[in-house]
Amino acid sequence: MLLLRIASTHIRNRLRQTIVSTLGVALGVGFSVAMASLMEGSQRDFTATLIDAIPHVEILDEQRAPAEQPASAVYDAVTYHGLRPKEDLRGIRNPTEALASLRDWVNGSMAQRLSGQAVLRYAGQDIGMTLVGVEPKRELNVSKIGEDMRQGAFEDLDTTSNGLVIGDKAAERLGAELGDTVTLTSANSVAKRFKIVGLFHSGITTSDEGLAYAPLKAVQILLEKPDIINSIAIHLNAIGEANEVAARAERQLGYKAVSWEEANEGLMEAFFVRNVIMYTVVGAILVVAGFGIFNIVSTIVHEKARDIAILKSLGFPEGDIQQIFVLEGLVIGILGALAGSALGFSLSSYLASVKFEFTQDVEMTHLPIYFSTLHYVIACLLALFSSGIAGYIPARKAARLNPVDIIRGAT
Amino acid sequence: MTPARDPAPNQQMAPGRVLLEASNLTRILPAIVPVTLVQDVSFQVGEAEFVAITGPSGSGKSSLLYLLGLLDRPTSGEVRIDGLPTHALTSAEMAHLRLEKLGFVFQFHFLLPEFTALENVMIPMQRLGKRSPKAQVDHATELLAALGLADFLHRRPEQLSGGQRQRVAVARALANSPALILADEPTGSLDSVSTEQVFESLQDIVTSERTTVVAVTHDLELADRMDRRIHLVDGRVDYDRLRQE
Repeated sequence: MLLLRIASTHIRNRLRQTIVSTLGVALGVGFSVAMASLMEGSQRDFTATLIDAIPHVEILDEQRAPAEQPASAVYDAVTYHGLRPKEDLRGIRNPTEALASLRDWVNGSMAQRLSGQAVLRYAGQDIGMTLVGVEPKRELNVSKIGEDMRQGAFEDLDTTSNGLVIGDKAAERLGAELGDTVTLTSANSVAKRFKIVGLFHSGITTSDEGLAYAPLKAVQILLEKPDIINSIAIHLNAIGEANEVAARAERQLGYKAVSWEEANEGLMEAFFVRNVIMYTVVGAILVVAGFGIFNIVSTIVHEKARDIAILKSLGFPEGDIQQIFVLEGLVIGILGALAGSALGFSLSSYLASVKFEFTQDVEMTHLPIYFSTLHYVIACLLALFSSGIAGYIPARKAARLNPVDIIRGAT
Repeated sequence: MTPARDPAPNQQMAPGRVLLEASNLTRILPAIVPVTLVQDVSFQVGEAEFVAITGPSGSGKSSLLYLLGLLDRPTSGEVRIDGLPTHALTSAEMAHLRLEKLGFVFQFHFLLPEFTALENVMIPMQRLGKRSPKAQVDHATELLAALGLADFLHRRPEQLSGGQRQRVAVARALANSPALILADEPTGSLDSVSTEQVFESLQDIVTSERTTVVAVTHDLELADRMDRRIHLVDGRVDYDRLRQE
């Protein structure tokens, strides 16, 4: 307590410099908190949009590694020339059985799909589409397509055997409206007429322009793949289990199962790199603030050399002297961290309240801010670490001062 | 190995309990041409002695005092305080010994400028932590009152006269009831009235508290009023004699 009191009298005597140093730390902490809130907010917003748009786990009709050739199983070293995979009808066989075996242990919803390419023709215009055959009720459990519907209802695919749901941008390009009949032609030149029963807007341009949903049976007929599906989409109750579920499903069914994390590995890495950059910048800001503290504590050590000699002659050990000056750095750091936290909260709140008004239909209307105690804890700890080091260096010098030299100098 | 202890010229043996003992103390400042500050100084000081260390400028008076006060380490020789050898003590142990057994008064008051007279006197007590906060205030008030500063408890050093500041410094030196007070020219920067006040304070401590005072002074008149005088010339003891009545 005595040491803290001595430390606080020192920094009080250098009020202007103390305020400047405290402000330096406060700005560092404040901006880092606001930046972290914004960065994590945007990351969470983006991830949520992404996760909502794709299945948590998707089982595809392909193997992770090509099947082993029989000769490789017999010989240690084999070279193949002109090897060509045999023609095979792609797809997940016995989908009902596969789904039943997954339902036993998967904690979530599942939906089977058959996707393929088709050309959508209307009023003389053609657009290439990815056509997804779905069971509407089950599909609504694994994706947020229901929320994205702008006109019509997704469930209408259940009651209309040749119903079609397309993106609003595709409809706009074609000039088609709800209730219009369009023609879809498969790669095998099979054509079938569909009635538009719904329009969706996902905010993802490629989907809004090039994705269409139709009943599974109708798509199986169009693509000439009866009783075949090529993916199983799983929406988990616990998103963190995605990797585990994917691995187990892959072992069980033999088909490649991809979790949302694996599917977006590059993006996750980008987020990680972005966070590293952010905290490096935050660290750099606080190091700069630390220089301010170093400057003031060094000045105080220089000014208070005589006091250091007095305290040593009174019987204060070197450790006490060091503590006094480290405390000075820490007091500035704590004050700065507190002020910075308040500043960070104010900045984040302000940024969260700013609204954007667009003439176009844009999903984001405000900055995505995520409030987390962890941001404050990290920024404050960095500030305290920086101020502790900034105080420690001159404090060590102060502790080593020889009182005799100072007393002789004073006399 | 304990250094040999040869008696200094004309050395006076301390009466009763030996409180401070210097044995063959030598302090050489390392430099291209080493400077000898104190050379082979030996003496003993007993309880309740009022000892003056005198000598011309540069004779090593203050250097000797710093060695006796454990603020500096001798190049060779040893200081014993209350029978305790100090040559092997760590700096933290020396600091604790200073806090508990020694009190310092310097030529300039060396009070902490941000603290009041009362707070300055309380600082050593707070560091030692043997008294309760209330007892610290009471003891500091008592000490200051005894030195005639009862009306100046809450004044900062800048609001006190030179003599008053020096008496606060004396009170601070007495805070932890040390056995030995080391004073370096305690009246060196004072006028004659203040000099007399501070000298009487120190003399009173010796007689009433039975505290030993070793004071460096260039004021021979004051030195003659002390119990004993150790005179240094060129870092050596020239003579060590009791007061001649």
